[in-house]
Amino acid sequence: MSPVSRRKFVTAGLAAAAGVSGMAVAATLAKRYGLVPPDSGGLYGPGETLTYAAQRLLTRHSLAREFPRSMISKTPFANELAPFNDAFKRHQASGFRDWRLAIDGMVARPASLSLSDLRSLPVRSQITEVVCEEGWSYVAEWIGTPLAGVLNASGILPQARYVVYYSIEPDWWESIDMADALHPQTLLTYAMNDGDLPVGFGGPLRLRVPRQLGYKSVKFITRLTLTDSLKGFGKGVGGANAEGGYAWYAGI
Amino acid sequence: MLSGVPDAVSLGNSDSPRHAAFVRVTHWITTVCFFALLITGAEIVMSHPRFYWGETGNDLTTPLFRIPIPASRNLVPTGYHYVMPDENGWSRYLHFEAAWAVVLTGILYAIWGLWTGHFRSNLFPAPGDRTWQAFLRVIAKHIRLKRPEESEAFSYNVVQRAAYLVVIFILFPLVICTGLALSPGFNAAFPVVVNTLGGRQSARTLHFFISAFLLLFLIVHVAMIVLAGFTNRMRAMISGKLITEKVTGGVIAGKMTSSSVTMIRQTVAEERI
Repeated sequence: MSPVSRRKFVTAGLAAAAGVSGMAVAATLAKRYGLVPPDSGGLYGPGETLTYAAQRLLTRHSLAREFPRSMISKTPFANELAPFNDAFKRHQASGFRDWRLAIDGMVARPASLSLSDLRSLPVRSQITEVVCEEGWSYVAEWIGTPLAGVLNASGILPQARYVVYYSIEPDWWESIDMADALHPQTLLTYAMNDGDLPVGFGGPLRLRVPRQLGYKSVKFITRLTLTDSLKGFGKGVGGANAEGGYAWYAGI
Repeated sequence: MLSGVPDAVSLGNSDSPRHAAFVRVTHWITTVCFFALLITGAEIVMSHPRFYWGETGNDLTTPLFRIPIPASRNLVPTGYHYVMPDENGWSRYLHFEAAWAVVLTGILYAIWGLWTGHFRSNLFPAPGDRTWQAFLRVIAKHIRLKRPEESEAFSYNVVQRAAYLVVIFILFPLVICTGLALSPGFNAAFPVVVNTLGGRQSARTLHFFISAFLLLFLIVHVAMIVLAGFTNRMRAMISGKLITEKVTGGVIAGKMTSSSVTMIRQTVAEERI
């Protein structure tokens, strides 16, 4: 082996060693600071972890773009819905009078709120874009009360790391981390464009998460559960879409 | 001065490979990532093969144009009564993972290229070639379908350099920016990018066209390699070795030795005179 190739060999070896130990350190730090998403296993885990960690480090407090009233879409698109189940139909028939939102899990005071309870809480209105992973989008005015206020009123326990939220429709649930749950634009939405939230758009109650793709904004919300780990929920990847092969973190 | 003929000095010493190891490794990582991005990008487009201009656009708005294929989602009005299989989940995962890999590779390549003078000496047009005449001379040679001289295998001509510069410094940065402008998280943090591009749907449409230009580059790139001698050019980008067959009229087959390089260098020097 000539001296040059030996030097190259040593350099490459040191670079590889530095790379591997650097990645090990990065992985440990990412885990400690909650930068690892629940779907970090498998072939696409590294890319997903990079995306989630980078966005949490750089964009934790940034606000989704809000638009002027003139940009509200004339033709918002409601997207497809599965046929409603009987429970939903009963609520629909009674004008959603008895609709309740349960808050449980890692909170000091579990609660159950009616729609009028939610309407009596501080109102926030924001004109934001709904972005579907398919590629289409629309802008609408969303009116509701920030999720953060509802969670804080229930007394979030310090170990809570995620909010799991459920639709009244079966097998439709998602979860977000506390950064998004406590974000001022994450809205328990009951009205849209100056009217009640239409059923097609998730009425009577939809959780709008405007910094993530549309599939994280679950329609017909009935329950919020705070937890320190997503392992005990379904297959442990944090949502029905993630179980169906989609990224848990949809900020991209 | 003959265009495309390298400076005799730039051939370097006889042991130096045609392409530096760093270039070869980053080239093939980029190749793998590009194919992954291309295939998964096509899969993602299939779920909504309609394009718009401005901030918003959906099934109820008039598209700028449509790609005449069936969609992988049944609500999209395509005119077909057939819905393609939905492959968006893994396609999106792989698209973003490949994007990370190619962006990180690109950053290392850019630092390395500036550090070693790779861009200056190998990609920016050689001093005598910075004229339209030099550019047109190479184009004319291509139009006449003249196969490149063996000596040209050691360096890039001015048109190649221009093409690589456009891909590296214009198309790749643009495809990254337009791609990031589709991320709601990125747009929240850096709204200036999507707003400058004219809105989210404009960014999506531009992302599509820039990808199409990159695909066009790939097709021409591969076609040129086939025309110039596929095996030899591939070998040069894999092992770094370039085997020359013709040296001053005679035929020398086999591995390039120090003496054959010296001969080529002499030939080149003679041609220059």
